[in-house]
Amino acid sequence: MIAVSRELPAGPDTDADNDADQSAAPVIDFAAVGMTYPGPPPVVALRPTNLTIQRGDFVTVVGPSGSGKSTFLNVVGLLDRPTTGRYRLDGIDVGTLREADRTALRGRRIGFVFQAFHLLPHRSAVDNVTLAQIYNGAPRKARREASYAALAQVGLAHRADAVPAHLSGGERQRVAVARALVNRPSLLLCDEPTGNLDSATAASVLALIEDLHAAGLTILVITHDPAVAARGSRTVAIRDGVLTEHA
Amino acid sequence: MPSLGAIRSRARSRSRPLPRPTERSALPLRDLLAEALAGLLQRPGRSALTMLGTVLGIGAFVAILGLTATAGGQIDKRFSVLSATEVTVQDVGSAQNARSGTGIADPISFPPDADHRIETLNGVVSAGVYWPLPLRQPTVSAAPDLVSPGSASGSGLTLYAASPGALAAIDPVYSQGLGFNAFHAARKEHVAVLGSAAASRLGITRLDAEPAVFINGTPYTVVGIISDLRRVPELLLSVVIPDTTALSAYGQPTDQRASMLIETRLGAAQLIAGQAALALRPDAPNLFKITAPPDPTTLRDGVTGDFNALFLLLAGITLVIGAVGIANTTLVAVLERTGEIGLRRALGARPRHIAAQFLTESAALGTLGGLIGTSLGTAVVIGTALARQWTAVLAPWTVLPAPLIGTMVGLLAGLYPALRAAYVEPAEALRR
Repeated sequence: MIAVSRELPAGPDTDADNDADQSAAPVIDFAAVGMTYPGPPPVVALRPTNLTIQRGDFVTVVGPSGSGKSTFLNVVGLLDRPTTGRYRLDGIDVGTLREADRTALRGRRIGFVFQAFHLLPHRSAVDNVTLAQIYNGAPRKARREASYAALAQVGLAHRADAVPAHLSGGERQRVAVARALVNRPSLLLCDEPTGNLDSATAASVLALIEDLHAAGLTILVITHDPAVAARGSRTVAIRDGVLTEHA
Repeated sequence: MPSLGAIRSRARSRSRPLPRPTERSALPLRDLLAEALAGLLQRPGRSALTMLGTVLGIGAFVAILGLTATAGGQIDKRFSVLSATEVTVQDVGSAQNARSGTGIADPISFPPDADHRIETLNGVVSAGVYWPLPLRQPTVSAAPDLVSPGSASGSGLTLYAASPGALAAIDPVYSQGLGFNAFHAARKEHVAVLGSAAASRLGITRLDAEPAVFINGTPYTVVGIISDLRRVPELLLSVVIPDTTALSAYGQPTDQRASMLIETRLGAAQLIAGQAALALRPDAPNLFKITAPPDPTTLRDGVTGDFNALFLLLAGITLVIGAVGIANTTLVAVLERTGEIGLRRALGARPRHIAAQFLTESAALGTLGGLIGTSLGTAVVIGTALARQWTAVLAPWTVLPAPLIGTMVGLLAGLYPALRAAYVEPAEALRR
C-alpha cells in the first residue's frame, strides 16, 4: 500500500476516489476500445475490443508481426489514444485526460520493459534505474535507495555500478525491469522482453517475471513467441486487429 | 474549419474532468542540469569541438575590444605627454597679399616682442618664433675657405632662425655648451647652436676651441650642441642662429613663413590656443593659424572605431558559425538519441522536459564556450600588453557579458533541435 501513501498529498477528495478505484477496479478495462489510423485509406489496427485485466493477473498477448500488437501496446501504455471506446486504467477514464495527465499517469502507473532494453549506454545500472524517478517528483534523497532496492529485487545488487556495456544481455534486461519496477507501477508492460536474448537468458528473465507475478504484480507481456505466451496465467491472441482470449 | 466557439467548448469539455489522477510530471532544475551535463559528457570530444566556434567567436570579440582599448589607451598616453602641452602658431600672412600672388612677401606678422607677449600669458612655459633662413643654396662649413682640404662639407644642413624662447620650447638637451639667450638676441650676436647631426656633419665635437660655422662665409660662433630635443626634431640637422641676428643679416622670412612654438603647462594648451592670436596682434589676430593639440578622447575614438567595425564583424561571423555548429551537433544528437527521448517520454517526461533538456545542453555548450573564449581573449590582451610593456585595458562591459553572449548563442542554436526533440513521437521512437 505504498502507492496509496504516495497519492495522499494530492487532495483528499480525488484520492479517496482513486484509492477506492485502485483497490476495487481492474487495472485495465477496455470497453469497445478500437484504433483506426486515418487514411487514406483508413487502416483498422485494432477492432473494438472488450478486455479486463484484474489486479495480479499475468496476461500474455501473442500474435504475428503486423497483427496489431504494437497498436495494442501503444494504447495500453498511453502512448497513443484509441479512436473509439473507453479505456480505464486503475478505474481512471484516461480518454478524457489531458496529455500532461496521461504522461504523468504513464510515468507512475505503468512500468515499461522493451525488447531493445533502452538503457542509457554511459550510465551505470543504478543511474539508469534512477532515471525513472526524476520526472515523477520522487524526493532526491530517497531515489538511490529505491534504485538499489529495485536492483536487489531483480538480483543485480552486485552489478549496480556496472555500465550496460559490461553487462550481459540478460543482466541488461534485468536492469530494465528494475527501472520499470522502481516507481511501484500498477502494471508491468513488457514488449517482447526476450526478443533480443538467447534461450537460456530468456528463461531467466521469464523466471524473474513469474517471480514478480507471484509477488502480486500485474503483468502484461506482448510477444510473438508462443512459448513465451504459454507462461502467462491468461493468454490473448491477436490477429488482424482482433483480440481473442483462449479459455 | 471549426468555429472559435466550437474550439472553446471542446477545450472546456476536455478540461472538465478536473480531479487529476496524479500530480503532473515535473523536472526539477537540479535534475535538468544534471541530465544536460550528463548528455554533454557522454561525448566530451564532440562537445569540445562543437564549442570551438563559440570559443573563437567570443575570444575574438574580447581580444579585439581589449586590444583596441589597450592600444587606444597607449596612443592616448603618448599624446598627453607631448602634444597636449604644445601649441603652434603659424604666420599665414594677410589673405589679400597671398591672393594677389605678387610674390612680394608680407613682412613677418609676429611683433618683435612676440616671445614676451606670449610668455606673460598664464599657463605658458616658454614660447618663441623660428623660421628657416631665406637663403638659396647657402654654403655652410666649419672653415672660412670652402675648398680648403680637410674641411667637412655642410651641404644638406638646414639653417634656422629662432628666438631664445623657441630654443627653450623645443626642450633641448645640450651635450656641449648652452643655447643662446636674450642677451645674444638683443645684441644680434653672431652665435649659433648646432643639432648633433649637424655638428658631426661639420666635424665639430668640442667647444673648447670656440669653433665657428661659416654661413656664406660669415662666421658664427658655436655656443652649444643639442644632443636631443622633444619638439621640432628637424633642428637636429640644423644650424640655428638668433632671430634678431637673422633678421638684420638676411631679412624677413620669405618662402616659408615664421612659426611660433609654445610650450604650455599640462591642460593649458586649449586655453593658450584661444588667446595666442589676440595676444600677439590685437589689431590683426587672423594673420595667424593656431594649431592646438588634438583632443585625446576624440583621437582614441577615431582610432578604435576603425578597428572595431571590421574586426567585430569578423567576430560576429565567427559567432554565427559557432551557432551553426552547435545547432548542427545538437540536431545530430537529437536524431541519435531518439530512443532515449522515447524512453524518457515513457518514463513520464513531457515534451517540454525533453525540449528543456536539449536546450540546456546547447546553452551549456554556448556558456562554456563563452567562458573559455573570454579567458583566451583576456589572456591574449594581457599577453600582448605584457610583451609591449603596455597597460592592458579591459572594459568590464566587454568581459562580463561575453560568456552570456555564448549562452545566447547556445540557446538560439538549440531552439530548433529542442523543438524537434519535443515533437518526437514516443511510440515511434521506442520501436527502434
